[in-house]
Amino acid sequence: MGSTNSTLSRIPNVEELMQETGFTPAHIVRLYDRFEALDKEKTGHLRPQDFGAINRLAMNPIGDRIIGSFFSTGQETVDFHSFVRILAHFRPADKNRPKDPSMPQPVNSRTSKLKFAFQLYDQDKDGKISRAELLQVLRSMLEMQVTEEQLESIADRTIQEADLDKDDAISFEEFRKSLEKVNIDHKMSIRFLR
Amino acid sequence: MALHSPRGSRSFLERGLLLLVMLIFLEGTVLTLGAASSPDISAQDNTGGGDDQRGIEGRHGHANYTKKAFPVLSLDYRHIHVPFEISLWVLLASLMKLGFHLIPRLSSIVPESCLLIVVGLLVGGLIKLAGEEVPPVLDSNLFFLCLLPPIILDAGYFLPIRPFMENIGTILMFAVVGTLWNAFFVGGLLYAVCQIEGTYLSQVELLPCLLFGSIISAVDPVAVLAVFEEIHINELLHILVFGESLLNDAVTVVLYHLFEEYSDAGEVTPMDVVLGVICFLIVSLGGIAVGTIYGILAAFTSRFTSHTRVIEPLFVFVYSYMAYLSAEMFHLSGIMALIACGAVMRPYVEANISHKSHTTVKYFLKMWSSVSETLIFIFLGVATVAGPHAWNWTFVSVTVILCLVSRVIGVVGLTFIINKFRIVKLTTKDQFIVAYGGLRGAIAFSLGYLLDKDLFPMRTMFLTAIITEIFFTVFVQGMTIKPLVDLLAVKKKQEAKRSINEEIHTQFLDHLLTGIEDICGHYGHHHWKDKLNRFNKKYIKKCLIAGERYKEPQLIAFYHKMEFKQAIELVESGGGVKLPSAMPSQVSMQNIQPKKLPPAVAERALPQFTKGREEEIRKILRSNLQKTRQRLRSYNRHTLVADPFEDGWNDFILKKQRMIELEKKVRLADSPSLVKPD
Repeated sequence: MGSTNSTLSRIPNVEELMQETGFTPAHIVRLYDRFEALDKEKTGHLRPQDFGAINRLAMNPIGDRIIGSFFSTGQETVDFHSFVRILAHFRPADKNRPKDPSMPQPVNSRTSKLKFAFQLYDQDKDGKISRAELLQVLRSMLEMQVTEEQLESIADRTIQEADLDKDDAISFEEFRKSLEKVNIDHKMSIRFLR
Repeated sequence: MALHSPRGSRSFLERGLLLLVMLIFLEGTVLTLGAASSPDISAQDNTGGGDDQRGIEGRHGHANYTKKAFPVLSLDYRHIHVPFEISLWVLLASLMKLGFHLIPRLSSIVPESCLLIVVGLLVGGLIKLAGEEVPPVLDSNLFFLCLLPPIILDAGYFLPIRPFMENIGTILMFAVVGTLWNAFFVGGLLYAVCQIEGTYLSQVELLPCLLFGSIISAVDPVAVLAVFEEIHINELLHILVFGESLLNDAVTVVLYHLFEEYSDAGEVTPMDVVLGVICFLIVSLGGIAVGTIYGILAAFTSRFTSHTRVIEPLFVFVYSYMAYLSAEMFHLSGIMALIACGAVMRPYVEANISHKSHTTVKYFLKMWSSVSETLIFIFLGVATVAGPHAWNWTFVSVTVILCLVSRVIGVVGLTFIINKFRIVKLTTKDQFIVAYGGLRGAIAFSLGYLLDKDLFPMRTMFLTAIITEIFFTVFVQGMTIKPLVDLLAVKKKQEAKRSINEEIHTQFLDHLLTGIEDICGHYGHHHWKDKLNRFNKKYIKKCLIAGERYKEPQLIAFYHKMEFKQAIELVESGGGVKLPSAMPSQVSMQNIQPKKLPPAVAERALPQFTKGREEEIRKILRSNLQKTRQRLRSYNRHTLVADPFEDGWNDFILKKQRMIELEKKVRLADSPSLVKPD
């Protein structure tokens, strides 16, 4: 407990962070330790190379996109607060939260999780997954084992299935609808510390 | 004759005829089966058969040989009676199944298992009325070696691996700890009740009580399957109860053998308990190991079957059955071996065998398991009528009540602990269904039947109690679970098929979560799943999958499967006819360019073609199809081994693709915007 408190005191604005993300002090400490482990040069910020040093991430087909999602547009570094905020998306949802439509959605609700995933597809941030973006994702996931024609027919098929307003792209609502049967809470949660 | 009568009475007449046929068969079965066990007729057959024998051989000396008229027609039932009886029983079971679905309202109120037990009771009753001795049909050997394996193999082969593995912790908790709790609770309290004065049961020792407890506490996979099939409950609950019923076999086996061994000695030392725990580990892990080995063998064999497609399904069945028998040989858990075998071999075998073999495997498994299940329930009914019963009000009623109580307490208690570790918690509704769905079935009966009469003088009382418990769970719980599910508004199974969107996005999310776990340095289950997948892709698939197909990514396989299914549906619904109707304007254009895809135009109505023009259309279609076929063949060589027996399905895929393209073009043409130029 003592070490927890001492670590917590080193982090600026820790109370606000916990409020915003819903993490407990123990979680924050664990994440801070991890942040420091990744930040080899002790600058207090992470750069894309620090993420790239994680070997297993390099093998991940969408590793680059994930790394990119941590850095908001224009920024070259990630500080601890942004790091935690992104990871807060993957906290298991609170079942007992009252469904208050006037309050903004907490960062780990189903909608926020889906929005995060959607943004990974939609690299140009126009609010739609175009055919080209979908093709890019498919290409990276299927790792060059298939021909262009196969990729295109799959992409066509995918858009045809999901596209309800016939604009040849998948909007967030259509994305959400196509995943309505999947238990996103379960799929997009990591049991951090129990 | 029925053709001329009006519709209403025709269906009534048909139904009536079918029921009549069944009743005749029933009576015939009864008489034949009764006749088989009666001594008179068999003696007759013997002499009849003996005469034939002597007539043929004719070497026993003229003194014994009396010339008889040459037997033109003779009855020799003895010769064929075993296969004949088996076939009659199977036929009876299948006709019963047919019959229930003809009576519409009955099958929706009463689950099939109940009806089958009633039929069994009827048949047993008829046999008894006819004065014959009821044959001991639910013989433990027959049950464990012939009737149970098909059902378990069907369950194991089609086990949904993903939800099973995701909930494996919960399932194991329920299976192991839950069954142990049930066994000791029921056994212990029963013993306490037996010791009470006035029940005349004081001669029942502790160990036999515990043995009884362990027999009756196991949830039965056959009964669970039979009832849960009809209520279409959501996947999570289904896999929880069903998984539990499969995995508790190891616990039951160990407890049964433990208590049976030491009932003679009268006491169990702590050493025996330790040995019991070790035995449990060996039984369960050994069973899984045996199953895995046979599964890998089957997958490896299927790699080489590309030239002998006809016997492919045979390998699946024989290897699985051998796995079961090998496990049973060492007293390991046969059920777990069978599940492991089916689950391990499935992805590789399915990648190797032809589509027809796949269909064959599926249908044979479903057929055998269906027949087995029907037979088991009928036999339960017959055995109830047959067996010697020793009814003891106290014992039986206490058993039934205790089973219910212990199940409820067990489930609630375990869920309380489990929910601390689960992301998606189990609600009260879920707990209720899990507790209520703990049905007992024929396995308990067979285990009780196996008990030695001398070692366990109260065997008949046990059997009576087991049967009562089975009847209670199957009838009362089985019949009421459906209305309760509706009443409690429990989430039902989602009927729709998986879309390609779901498949792509789920894979994407898998990668995303694996990446996030790596960033956090957390070795969660995504990490291990990813590791297993990589290992699988790198080493295992290369060994076990034939040809180049091991490189085929899962997404592509899924996509092809989907296209194939749709193409089949399209052809079956007569969709192939649509092709020419979208072609009309092609002919009206003067410069027909056969190289390009014909543009569709707004007018859908078929203009009047002359024969010559029709021929042109056909030629154009054919040449275009050939073009696309060539295109597809070229990528087939990279990703799929072109299956020489399955050229047919390529055509379907082509037709389907053409359909989509044409539909798109027609839609564009229909819209007020310009017709897309070539």
